[in-house]
Amino acid sequence: MTVAHVHPQQPAGVSTETYATVAVGRTASTGAAGGRRRRVRRDWSGWWFVGPFMLVFGLVFVAPLVYAMYLSFFRETLMGGNSFVGLENYAQALVDPKFWEAMGRVSIFLLVQVPIMLGLALFAALALDSARLRWVPFYRLSIFLPYAVPGVVAVMIWGYMYGSQFGLVADLNRFFGVELPSPLSENLILLSIGNIVTWEFVGYNMLIFFSALKAVPQELYEAAEIDGAGTFRTIFSIKLPSIRGALVIATIFSVIGSFQLFNEPSILQTIAPNSITTYFTPNLYAFNLSFAGSQFNYAAAIAIVSGVITMVVAYLVQLAGEKKEKA
Amino acid sequence: MSAVDTGARSGHAPSRLASGKVAPTPPKRAKATPRHKRASITLGILMTLMLLYCLVPLWWLVVNSTKAMDSLYNSFAFWFSGEFSLFQNIVDTFTYQDGIFLRWLGNTLVYVVIGAGGATLLATLAGYGLAKYNFPGRKWVFAIILGAMAIPGSALAVPQFLLFSGLGLTNTPWSVIIPSMVSAFGLYLVWVYAREAIPDELLEAARLDGAGEIRIFFVIALRQLAPALITVLMFTVVATWNNYFLPLIMLSDSAWYPLPVGLAQWSAQSSAIGGQAIPNLVITGSLLTVIPISAAFLYLQRYWQSGLTAGSVK
Repeated sequence: MTVAHVHPQQPAGVSTETYATVAVGRTASTGAAGGRRRRVRRDWSGWWFVGPFMLVFGLVFVAPLVYAMYLSFFRETLMGGNSFVGLENYAQALVDPKFWEAMGRVSIFLLVQVPIMLGLALFAALALDSARLRWVPFYRLSIFLPYAVPGVVAVMIWGYMYGSQFGLVADLNRFFGVELPSPLSENLILLSIGNIVTWEFVGYNMLIFFSALKAVPQELYEAAEIDGAGTFRTIFSIKLPSIRGALVIATIFSVIGSFQLFNEPSILQTIAPNSITTYFTPNLYAFNLSFAGSQFNYAAAIAIVSGVITMVVAYLVQLAGEKKEKA
Repeated sequence: MSAVDTGARSGHAPSRLASGKVAPTPPKRAKATPRHKRASITLGILMTLMLLYCLVPLWWLVVNSTKAMDSLYNSFAFWFSGEFSLFQNIVDTFTYQDGIFLRWLGNTLVYVVIGAGGATLLATLAGYGLAKYNFPGRKWVFAIILGAMAIPGSALAVPQFLLFSGLGLTNTPWSVIIPSMVSAFGLYLVWVYAREAIPDELLEAARLDGAGEIRIFFVIALRQLAPALITVLMFTVVATWNNYFLPLIMLSDSAWYPLPVGLAQWSAQSSAIGGQAIPNLVITGSLLTVIPISAAFLYLQRYWQSGLTAGSVK
């Protein structure tokens, strides 16, 4: 029982994050409601409702998963045909420098981009909640709007703006008569991708935090005010502890999103082919192995290993969140 | 032990997002009277900077979709310049390559209506079933769904392709629609919501009156589930409209592409050596892709908001 509860099957990072929002909204009521549940009589009629979902779920979720495991134990031989190789694909993956380079890259991305994005989102949520800002709905909707923009379009807009032909960088160069380093160069590409992902999801995470803040009981603030707590004291002593659940879940989903990074590098690759390798992220590597290299078996093993690593990291984040709570 | 419990133990329901109805701490009580203080100028400035960050790229998109090809290259990128070519660009976008853009738009609509609609329907049925029925295998259903959720989607994409390929479904609309029809999160939302929003007494009363189970669902339960249903619909619509990875893998014939995959192909063609550069069409096409989904999004989120604070069942 881990983050499992709410993690969707959608492959792209975008969708993954999609699913967090409401999940967060639901978290608290799960536990609270559990005790009062009353069971109706036990018979088969529930299957009328659950059956259709389970049927499709089995086809797009369970079967491919089982199939992936099966595939990862085989290898195409030179003679043609498959042969059982046991854990050989896994052994190969564990010493594959390309795979680890990709893993290292998404880890750096995770350590830099996620804190910045969540920090900005938290700041915005606290600002919206502070009662010291006017036109709150306007800010809230505008900052949330990029979330509805298709990831592909977001990457293309930023890709053009990064470009030296008709974008922000081009204009800056022209205006100041300088030659700025290209955001699409090898050194800066990860930063540029981080900026795109931040743009796409900062509003979404803001909304998670904002909704959590909305649910903090008013009495807590009143009590704090009587005790003479200032703005920052209230934030650190009441607001942040109260929304810990939302913070943990947003972090977990950002972790998963980072490890699954695919859309952004994959689309930027066409305009920055020299900066983005075929094994830029684990997901991109698995994709290219299967569709460019036809190494389906090895790709399955790569996907499973990166999946397991993602789960472990997500679980660690969760443990860290719980530990703090107890302390 | 779970993320969910973590939320529960902290004792505060971030309930705005889903539904005020079922949350132990109804948002209504949380902040019935807004604590208005003097507006902070610093905060206003910082938030406006953030707002600009979020809106400037969209502004760029709007401005540049009004430019003809030569002004695209030779003018300040964040203001209008040259002839106002928006309508010409739109016409060109819809007529390029025998009007394939229109085809992509149609595909996307079909995928959204059937995929997101189907996902919402299946999730609602299943969530309700799990919440209100005790049936043999119920625990297994939970275990399987929760267990499979823990696997990142990337581990599944390739096997999904291979499996669908084996079934002869790749490169057909079904390869995009069927996977879109599973929203485990949607099921989770509806399940939690239905537990509280639909009193068992109501169902029992209907049964005593002789109503069948299916009829009870459509006549009684569905109405109670409306706020949860709209929330699920909003997220599945956005996810399906914006879906890129799955159709990219599944489809090889561009006639079946949805808009995001089609646009990416145009964009790639533009930057390929020797390819025809059509950035004006990519930009205008992007704008045309963004507008409907933003409109739908803003429209649905309104309901979503009001659904949350609507009257309580209890």
